[in-house]
Amino acid sequence: MTRDGPIRLLAADGAVVEDQRHSLPPAESLLAHYRTMVLGRRLNELAGALVRQGRLAVYPSSRGQEACQVVAAGALRPGDWLFPTYRDSVAAAARGVDAVEVLTLLAGDWHCGYDPLRHRVAPQATPLATQLPHAVGVAHAARLKGEDTVVMALCGDGATSEGDFHEALNFAAVLRAPVVFLVQNNKYAISVPLARQSVAPSLADKGVGYGMPGVLVDGNDAAALSVVLQEAVERAAAGAGPTLVEADTYRLEAHTNADDAARYRADAEVSEWQPRDPLIRLRAHLRAEGVLDDRADAEIAEAAEAEAERVRTALAADSPVDPAELFAHVHARPTPDVAAQAALLQAELAAQEEIR
Amino acid sequence: MAGALNTALRDAMTADDSVVVFGEDVGPLGGVFRVTDGLTATFGEQRCFDTPLAEAGIAGLAIGMAMNGLRPVVEMQFDAFAYPAFEQITSHLAKMANRTRGRVRLPVVVRVPYAGGIGGVEHHCDSSEAYYAHTPGLTVVAPSSNADAYGLLRAAIEHPDPVIFLEPKKHYFSAEQVDTTREVPPIGRAVVRRPGADATLIAYGPSVPVALGAAEMAAAEGRDLGVVDLRSIVPFDDATVLAEVRRTGRAVVVAEAPGFASVASEIAARVAEGCFHHLEAPVRRVTGFDVPYPPPKLERHYLPGAERVLDTVDELQWDHR
Repeated sequence: MTRDGPIRLLAADGAVVEDQRHSLPPAESLLAHYRTMVLGRRLNELAGALVRQGRLAVYPSSRGQEACQVVAAGALRPGDWLFPTYRDSVAAAARGVDAVEVLTLLAGDWHCGYDPLRHRVAPQATPLATQLPHAVGVAHAARLKGEDTVVMALCGDGATSEGDFHEALNFAAVLRAPVVFLVQNNKYAISVPLARQSVAPSLADKGVGYGMPGVLVDGNDAAALSVVLQEAVERAAAGAGPTLVEADTYRLEAHTNADDAARYRADAEVSEWQPRDPLIRLRAHLRAEGVLDDRADAEIAEAAEAEAERVRTALAADSPVDPAELFAHVHARPTPDVAAQAALLQAELAAQEEIR
Repeated sequence: MAGALNTALRDAMTADDSVVVFGEDVGPLGGVFRVTDGLTATFGEQRCFDTPLAEAGIAGLAIGMAMNGLRPVVEMQFDAFAYPAFEQITSHLAKMANRTRGRVRLPVVVRVPYAGGIGGVEHHCDSSEAYYAHTPGLTVVAPSSNADAYGLLRAAIEHPDPVIFLEPKKHYFSAEQVDTTREVPPIGRAVVRRPGADATLIAYGPSVPVALGAAEMAAAEGRDLGVVDLRSIVPFDDATVLAEVRRTGRAVVVAEAPGFASVASEIAARVAEGCFHHLEAPVRRVTGFDVPYPPPKLERHYLPGAERVLDTVDELQWDHR
């Protein structure tokens, strides 16, 4: 299935690639993806700047992976669920979660800043692959309840080595759970290259071992991603079970701002991937098709800038944290110990207040 | 006790359609200890089903199903077989409500057949309660009788937060009848199994019958020992425990798990802190040794028995009175 290389509908220069089995998505939907990808790129840049200013503790950037981020969220219907990792902030924002709430975790105000049930977006997972069995659980529960919910579960190439990846895919296949597993193969797990992670011909090939389709797609081609993920979502919704999708992409930046990519990869390699940027490709295509002109492009950039400004302002505002919240959510009814500890901290704070 | 637990599951599944049971061999076989016997036949494969053999997957699946509105009750086949699920339990099951500011609560019950005394081979007899009790966000329950097994499992399934339900497997085949019409004991409440005037034995799960046996033997020798059964390890019922020890002035904690950094140590510390001026002697612990659980032919030397409890009671500085 993956021997012919990744499914690709747009070449790096935006030209349409002939494909017998897949047709190009409608221009309007690609334009909508482009708009969100421009915003995603802007949010990636903003978050990097906010780290440098000390507003965020850390930021794992998805620059270069915006097509995966945006199309994964865009493939979902309102009742569907998204399971993002720490690198999938843009996907959560593309799903409709306020970017300010998405960045709460990294701003240090609380862990998950948004309501997962309202948005149907699980908390961003930082331990690798641990969210994948949860995704299967949400999907299986939906089936038991007779709902046609589909769950999009994201992970990276490094996560495919984890036991939870294996257990989740096997459970999903055995239970025929409506899950789409999207592996963003960005070639590095922090510093460790894919070759040290797996010697499988492709990560999509792992689907064979679980008895589910494995599809390799160009992860920097929003059009191909859109077709592949749409098909996988429809397949899941129809009760035909899970799909494993490997998106061939590249992490243009270091793992996080705290990482030094120069220690483990050559600049030349990054330079090779620059022209394959998903934004450049989609923009070139939309311009060639005549659905994006200078004015529309400028308007899209302005809208992204305005949203970035809103997020920047919100994150710059002083956000008081409440010490009582340390204790508030651990149990529905605090245990006597937790209640006593909450009272102790309140007393300490009151005493400090008096000294002032 | 297996029968009482089975009845509790049946009654909970009948009362609430959102209760689902799954794990390894819990379907047609009814579980290796038959706790889920007949549930698939009665409630169908959707409500009670076998999963692939993977404990992290089982715990993770339960988390997701609870996120989507169901109340999973999962079985870890044996105490030490639950360790692959440890990350899912400690990092996700325990923390989800806190991470999400209480928006996502996970009413999941993880049933763990636990502790020894059945001549089991290695990895089948661990007392793993300290790992769970040490993890904020988990409620940890350990019944000692069939009646409590029924009542506490019903309470655990209705609990809004995750519960680690520790079933003393050496009592699975106890046939003591249960009156299911009795009020369900609340989680977090200990019970005085036997009032005593001279010293208090504090125990939970499989150590409660040991403590009661020791108290019987002591009574024959003219010493009046009380027994407190914790029932819940988390939340801990200080009020009941401390009131008893303040009355008697002497306390021995009895537990099967290795003693170092254990629940028994926690109890001893709380009693020392809460009863200092009432104590006639240091609080003592009678626990398993700090060694891996022994092979069947050696377990009787390892397990705290009534004799060892009474030897320790004898050392509680009786001449100081």
